[in-house]
Amino acid sequence: MPGALVVENISKRFATSAGALAALEGVSLAVPQGRFVSIIGPSGCGKSTLFGVVGGLVPDYEGRVLIDGAPVHGTHDDIGMVFQEESTFPWLTVLENIMFPLDARGMARNECRERAERLVHLVGLDGFGNSYPAELSGGMRQRTAIARTLAAEPKILLMDEPFAALDEQTRLLLGDKLLQIWRELAQTTLLITHSITEAVQLSDEVVVMTYRPGRIKRVIPIDLPRPRSSEIVESAAFGRLVGTIWHDLREEALRGLAQTEPQGVSH
Amino acid sequence: MTAERHGRAVAAGLVGLAAVAALLEFVIRAGLVSPLIVAPPSSLPQAFALLAREGYLVAPFLITMAQAFAATALAAAVGVPLGFILWRRPLLGRAYEPWLGAAFAAPLILLYPLFLVIFGRGYATTVVVGALAAFIPIVLQTRAGLLGVPPVLINVGRSFHLSEPRLLWKIIFPAAAPAIFTGLRLALIYALVNIIGIEFLIDFGGLGRVVSQMYFQYQIPAMYAAIVLIVIVSLVFLSLLQRLETWWRPR
Repeated sequence: MPGALVVENISKRFATSAGALAALEGVSLAVPQGRFVSIIGPSGCGKSTLFGVVGGLVPDYEGRVLIDGAPVHGTHDDIGMVFQEESTFPWLTVLENIMFPLDARGMARNECRERAERLVHLVGLDGFGNSYPAELSGGMRQRTAIARTLAAEPKILLMDEPFAALDEQTRLLLGDKLLQIWRELAQTTLLITHSITEAVQLSDEVVVMTYRPGRIKRVIPIDLPRPRSSEIVESAAFGRLVGTIWHDLREEALRGLAQTEPQGVSH
Repeated sequence: MTAERHGRAVAAGLVGLAAVAALLEFVIRAGLVSPLIVAPPSSLPQAFALLAREGYLVAPFLITMAQAFAATALAAAVGVPLGFILWRRPLLGRAYEPWLGAAFAAPLILLYPLFLVIFGRGYATTVVVGALAAFIPIVLQTRAGLLGVPPVLINVGRSFHLSEPRLLWKIIFPAAAPAIFTGLRLALIYALVNIIGIEFLIDFGGLGRVVSQMYFQYQIPAMYAAIVLIVIVSLVFLSLLQRLETWWRPR
């Protein structure tokens, strides 16, 4: 299953009441097939805009998005998106949620169900297939959303702070789950996050972005051995990497803070 | 909700109802309120028997029910698409929402002579008045429900490449369903109240007419019995609507 993602010189401006706002400027990055890359940046660095552009939900940008060398426009079957906000359908059970994209494609009901049941197992929700999202914890709902995205068998998995709403412990454990799934499916993955530990725990490479306009500041390879688990946070190498990233990120976060705090306004 | 919890809630409701009836009975027997004004609850069984003897029980009940159903269905057939348009065209929505909200307060029923002239003394008048009263809450609730659909759910649909009609049918309407059903519940009650009112005023149709006749014949317990029947009509409808909602959208 190929699935190399290339983002080439993406710029995006938004019209605001205070004039044009440059959200992204000349962002280029490559996620080779089967690799796990994280993008980290301060609030307001345009990382969610990048998520929207790559996923095809944000129109009118400059630059190109390429999958396996071919430029793509708009939403694409090869890209699966996991959103930051609560995104499970509350009127469907876990199993029905996961079957949703398969159903939409007109796949036979039995086949849908079989594949969905495998995914329920993969994300560790055995026994909850017939539960409704309201009966589950936030972490379980987000796992349902991830399984639903995986059900469509995208070549590239694109995630926008999928664990942002969860507490630190759940986040670390879900990170383990995600790594286990990633090992199994060997999927090209681009994760947007604001958590340094999450980025280091999961990635082959961490891309640090600047505060507005969002540019790439630095790409830091994470050469920690695989397979990893959340226990890696204890190691000295992990600590050094977190330190390096924080050094870069701190400057940007301070710049963001300085620009938003004194006036007491933010967008 | 488990069946057991539901059963307990119903039981608690009935206990409260019985307590109110007992209090009413006491107040009347103690002579605080004249039985000529409020019929004691204990007179209701006899009153129902009277209604049954005169053929005023089953037929008017069914007639009122059928009219309320027709009026609500008509209102939904017009109101849901209208609410959809007001959502799809935000300018229209902002332009007309305040007017509709204000028109909601209009005492439509007082225009009954007008409807009599247009539609005559028949079911057309009762159903049209009911539907007119019912369609505004449906329009307003449909628009509000659609406006309240979380954008992320729509983005999920787009990320799965759903066509526009599928997006509407599979995501947007189910997500807006609770608000739309609230509109339908309100609509049903408005339709029923207005239908009963018009039946009473023009002495035609179902339970409203029975109330009117018992009132003029000074059969006070029977009049209250007919009012109890009206409440039962709305209970039946609301529980049907509840079933429809859970069937279509379980949570």
